[in-house]
Amino acid sequence: MSTNPFPLDKADLMKAYRTMRTIREFEERLHVEFAKGDIPGFVHLYAGEEACATGIMMHLTDVDRIASTHRGHGHCIAKGVDVHEMMAEIYGKATGACRGKGGSMHIADLAKGMMGANGILGAGAPLVCGAGLAAKFRGDGGVGITFFGDGASNQGMVLESMNLAAVWNLPVIFVVENNGYAESTSVDYATAVDSYVDRASGFGLPGVTVDGTDFFAVYEAAGEMIRRAREGGGPALLECKMVRFFGHFEGDAQTYKAKGENDYNREHRDCLKIFAARVREAGVVTADEFAAIDREVGALIEDAVASAKAAPLPSARDLTTDVYVAY
Amino acid sequence: MARKISMKQAINEALDLEMRRDPAVIVMGEDIVGGAGSPGEEDAWGGVLGVTKGLHAKYPGRLLDTPLSESAYIGAAIGAAACGMRPVAELMFLDFMGVCFDQILNQAAKFKYMFGGKAKTPVVIRAMVGAGFRAAAQHSQMLTPVFTHVPGLKVVCPSNAYDAKGLLIQAIRDDDPVIFCEHKNLYGHEADVPEEAYAIPFGEAAVVREGKDVTIVSYGLTVHRALEAAERLAKERIEAEVIDLRTLSPIDWDTVLESVETTGRLVVVDEANPRCSIATDVSAHVVQEAFGALKAAPQMVTAPHTPVPFSPVLEDLYIPTADAITAAVSKIAPRAMAA
Repeated sequence: MSTNPFPLDKADLMKAYRTMRTIREFEERLHVEFAKGDIPGFVHLYAGEEACATGIMMHLTDVDRIASTHRGHGHCIAKGVDVHEMMAEIYGKATGACRGKGGSMHIADLAKGMMGANGILGAGAPLVCGAGLAAKFRGDGGVGITFFGDGASNQGMVLESMNLAAVWNLPVIFVVENNGYAESTSVDYATAVDSYVDRASGFGLPGVTVDGTDFFAVYEAAGEMIRRAREGGGPALLECKMVRFFGHFEGDAQTYKAKGENDYNREHRDCLKIFAARVREAGVVTADEFAAIDREVGALIEDAVASAKAAPLPSARDLTTDVYVAY
Repeated sequence: MARKISMKQAINEALDLEMRRDPAVIVMGEDIVGGAGSPGEEDAWGGVLGVTKGLHAKYPGRLLDTPLSESAYIGAAIGAAACGMRPVAELMFLDFMGVCFDQILNQAAKFKYMFGGKAKTPVVIRAMVGAGFRAAAQHSQMLTPVFTHVPGLKVVCPSNAYDAKGLLIQAIRDDDPVIFCEHKNLYGHEADVPEEAYAIPFGEAAVVREGKDVTIVSYGLTVHRALEAAERLAKERIEAEVIDLRTLSPIDWDTVLESVETTGRLVVVDEANPRCSIATDVSAHVVQEAFGALKAAPQMVTAPHTPVPFSPVLEDLYIPTADAITAAVSKIAPRAMAA
C-alpha cells in the first residue's frame, strides 16, 4: 500500500469520486431522456464541470449555504440534495424536490443549505450575501457560496454583491464557473478583462484562478478561502476554468463551438477521468473500487429515472397552494 | 397608554419594539444609521427623513448602513430571511424598485411556491411612496399596483400613525415578504397610538366613516381626501361610507362588498396611475361580485396616466383631490337623493 499523496483520505477521495460520478451519470442520462421528449421545459447540463461543485462542496456541511445557477444539478447533488427527488422534480412530478412546481431551474433544499438553482443569472450573489450575514449574526461559522458563470459575471447585482460582501466582511465566496460560453457568446467577447482575479481585486477581494477540470486544484483553493472566511477573514473569489460537454441547453446544436471541441474536451479535459487516473496511479483507490462505485451510481440513477417516471403528477389542487405561508 | 405621535414616530416605535422582542430582527438600508464611518456617526441621520433615528444607539450592530447598491442589499435581506433572520430593508423611495426588482419579483415572491412550500422569506421592505413632496417623477410614485399584482408578496399602505405601528409590527412578525409603503406626506400626521406593541392583522379594512349613500374605497394619503369629500357631501345630505383598505394584498373584499350591498354606489380613490390599478381592481371585483346591488357605474378617481410632474401647480393637479372625489360622487348620487 503506497502512501496517500492527496489532501483527502481514501474515504473522502471515494466520496468525491462518487459525487462526481453521480453528477455525470445524472446528466448523461438526462441528455438521453430529454431527447425522448419525456422531460418538459429547459434542461441545462453540468457534465464536464463536476470537479468545481465537488471540490468546493467537500468542504461544506448543512450549515453552509449555496446559491446555484440555471445549470444547477451538479451543485444540488454535491450539496446533498436527494437524487430521486431531483429527478422527480425534473419530470414535473408531485414527489419532486419542489413538488413539481420548480423544475430543473429551481431545485432547492434549504435544510441542506441549498438555496436554489436560479433562472435569473447572477441573482444568487445578493442572496448569498444574506446567507453570510445570517451566519455572521448567528455566529455559527457558516459560509455562503454563490456560483455564477462567465456570462452572469457581468451582471450588476454580482458586482454590487462583491462590494457589499467586502464592505460588510461577509463569509462569502464568489465562484465564477468559466466554461467559456455565456449561452453561445464567448467569454472573450463579453468580458473585458482577461482574468476574474482582476475583477476581484477591483473590489478589494483576494482571488484565485484554477483549472476547474482539476479537482485537487479546486479543492485546495476553495479550502483556503473557506477556512479564511469561517475565521472572519471575509469574502474571496474563485475562478474555475472549465469545460461544458453539452450545449447551453438540451437541444442546442452548439454551432458556435469549434469543430471537434467537445470530443477534445471529453478526451483531454474530462475532470472525472483526470481525477480517477491520478488517484488510481497513486495506488490509493483501485480500478475495481472505482468500478464498484460506477455500478452503484448507475443503479441509483436507473432507479431514480424509473421512480420519477412512475411517480404521481401534481394534482389540480396543488396549483394554488404554497403561494403564502398565510394569506 | 395612548398619546398623540406622528406616523414617523409610530414606525420608529414599531421597529424599536420588534428589535427589542426578537434578536432576529435586523434593519438595513441607505443612511438608516446615517453617517456610519463618519466623524458624526453618534449623531447620525437615522434615515433621510429621520424615521430610524435613535435605533442605532439602542441596537448597535443591528442597523446596517448599506452601500448604494439596492440589488445587493435588498437581495441580501431576502437571502438572510430565507436563512432564518427577520430583516427589515429600507428601499428609501419605492421608485428605486427599478434597480432591484428582480430580487423582489423573481426571488422573494417566488421562493415558497417555486420550492414546493419548503421556503419561508419573512422580509419587510419599507419604502416611501406618493406625491406631494415636490420630488418629481422618480421619487413620488404610488407603485402599489405593481406589487399587488405579484403573487407571493403582501402589500401594505397605512393612512395613519395608529395603523402604521400595528401593521408594521404585523409585517415584521409575518412569515411572508411584505412591501410596506409609507406615504411621505403622512409622516407628520398624528394620531392616538398606544405605547405598547400591537399587531393589526392583514386583510382587514377599516371603515373610517359610516354612511348609507355611497361607498368610497381608498388607502394611504387619499383616505384623508376621501374623508374631506365625505364631510362636504354630508352638507348636501349625502352620507358617504369611507373604507380604508390598509392592506392591498391581501385585500378585504368582504368589507367592500358588504358596504356596496348597502349603498349601491362605489367610488374608488387611488393615487396610482389609472391603468391596471387598485381602482380598476376594486371596481372590477365589485362589478363581478355585486352587480345586482349597484345602482350606478363605479367611479374611479386616480392620478392621470402621466409621470408625476415637478411644478407644484401641476403636481397638485396630479393627486386626487377632495373636489375630484366629490365630483365623482355627485355624478352617481343624483341631486334627487339630496333633496
